[in-house]
Amino acid sequence: MSGTFEVITATDALNLLMRIGIILLKIAVVLGITLLHVAYATYWERKVIGHMQVRLGPIEVGWHGFLQPIADGVKLFFKEDIIPANADKPLFYLAPVIFMVSALTSLSVLPFFDGFVIADINIGLLFLFAMSSLGAYGIILSGWASNSKYSFLGGLRSASQVISYEIAMGLSLVGVMMMAGSLNLSDIVRAQHQYPAGMFAIPQFLGFFVFIVAAFAETNRLPFDLPEAESELVAGYFTEYSGFRFALFFLGEYTAMLIMSSIAALCFLGGWTIPKFITDAMPLLLNVPGIVWFLIKVYAFMFFYYWVRATLPRYRYDQLMAIGWKILIPLALFNIALTGLIKIWV
Amino acid sequence: MLSELFFGYFAAVIILLSVLVITRRNPVHSVMWMLLFFFHIAGLYLFLNAEFIAAIQIIVYAGAILVLFLFVLLLLNLREELKVKRFIGTWPAGLFVTAALLVIVLSVVKSFVPGPAGKYSIEFIKQETHTKALGKLLYTDYLFPFEIASIVLLVAIIGAIVLAKRKTRSK
Repeated sequence: MSGTFEVITATDALNLLMRIGIILLKIAVVLGITLLHVAYATYWERKVIGHMQVRLGPIEVGWHGFLQPIADGVKLFFKEDIIPANADKPLFYLAPVIFMVSALTSLSVLPFFDGFVIADINIGLLFLFAMSSLGAYGIILSGWASNSKYSFLGGLRSASQVISYEIAMGLSLVGVMMMAGSLNLSDIVRAQHQYPAGMFAIPQFLGFFVFIVAAFAETNRLPFDLPEAESELVAGYFTEYSGFRFALFFLGEYTAMLIMSSIAALCFLGGWTIPKFITDAMPLLLNVPGIVWFLIKVYAFMFFYYWVRATLPRYRYDQLMAIGWKILIPLALFNIALTGLIKIWV
Repeated sequence: MLSELFFGYFAAVIILLSVLVITRRNPVHSVMWMLLFFFHIAGLYLFLNAEFIAAIQIIVYAGAILVLFLFVLLLLNLREELKVKRFIGTWPAGLFVTAALLVIVLSVVKSFVPGPAGKYSIEFIKQETHTKALGKLLYTDYLFPFEIASIVLLVAIIGAIVLAKRKTRSK
């Protein structure tokens, strides 16, 4: 009796180790690819904005400046790490880590193509909200712990901005949840594939609009980059950070942008699928792997981030709050009511 | 065995963290321990297969309420705050009351009977998903208490706006 018991536990332990190994491998792959994307997102941003402003952008390091992000990374890694004398040291150390961890943890619930997701949980979308609200701590704490007025003002601005726009972003995705009937991101993508238009961006255009605006504000990007407004706050909440701690904030911001783009692609643009009527017209496209469609959508959204940054000026702070509370939240609520009514009638 | 181990970890750490929260001199550090505390509470909810409540715990408490705590704390003058006595003079009375409460709770623990197993077993929740099960229950059987709760919250919101408005008018 005891012999069989031991055999079962041994195979169980082996299975468990196998599963843990596979999960670790997946995590390594996703992290590696994402960090590479983050590095090249900075390069493309400088290139795209450069060309929009009739400049060349980075051109010296490597072919057309292609090795620029690597050179930047090496430089940041070897920079001196300076900590202000009156800083609250434990929190000063902790803030960039919280910021980066919250951004990277969000990657675990994103399905990149059919079946490839690190943690296929039922509350994927809520998990993303939870992690994005955790990221706000990194910003507020870095602002407070630096003991500098620029950092502090940047931190305060960011705190109120992130809280305000989180509500709008959450509400804008409720329409998607109602249409898909699930919070699981893979199920949301499958529900879109069943839908005639192939993506929720068409019936949920109000929600999509609110989501895009809120996504820009959540990631502190232009035209809502008041927390790090260069002309008034030096660099906002990370003014006092240098070397690799600064790099963590920088990487975290671009990771957050990639995650917002991924959420847009998954919840509104059909994720790894393309609309059925396109594959019906051109059946050859069925052979293209899903990850290609997903990446095209993410890159398009990232390009939109750069495009807006190159074209729009910064909003005033009261305008930012007015847009969030008086336009986006009522619009998102209206969208929920409309979606509910249509779901009852149709 | 594994589940007892998990529960033991969460219970022990939650007690430790709550002690840390009330004994820190720096209120911002207290808030950070409280953040970790909320994550452990969410872990306990996950442990009970209540994934929706766990997520809401993080989003509402850690994401909104605690950020507002921080917001208020950042506006305080911490240099003076650090010198203020943390415990008021009547702490022995408080200790006595809590000790009495502990004795009462311990004495009735023996008569604890687990309720009858209902329809909502773990298998049912896993099949239905927690969000769906909770939502259906909340909007059908418990609609009336739910609406009462929302009216109470609405009263609080209106009250806050009225208080804030009155101040600007008198200036």
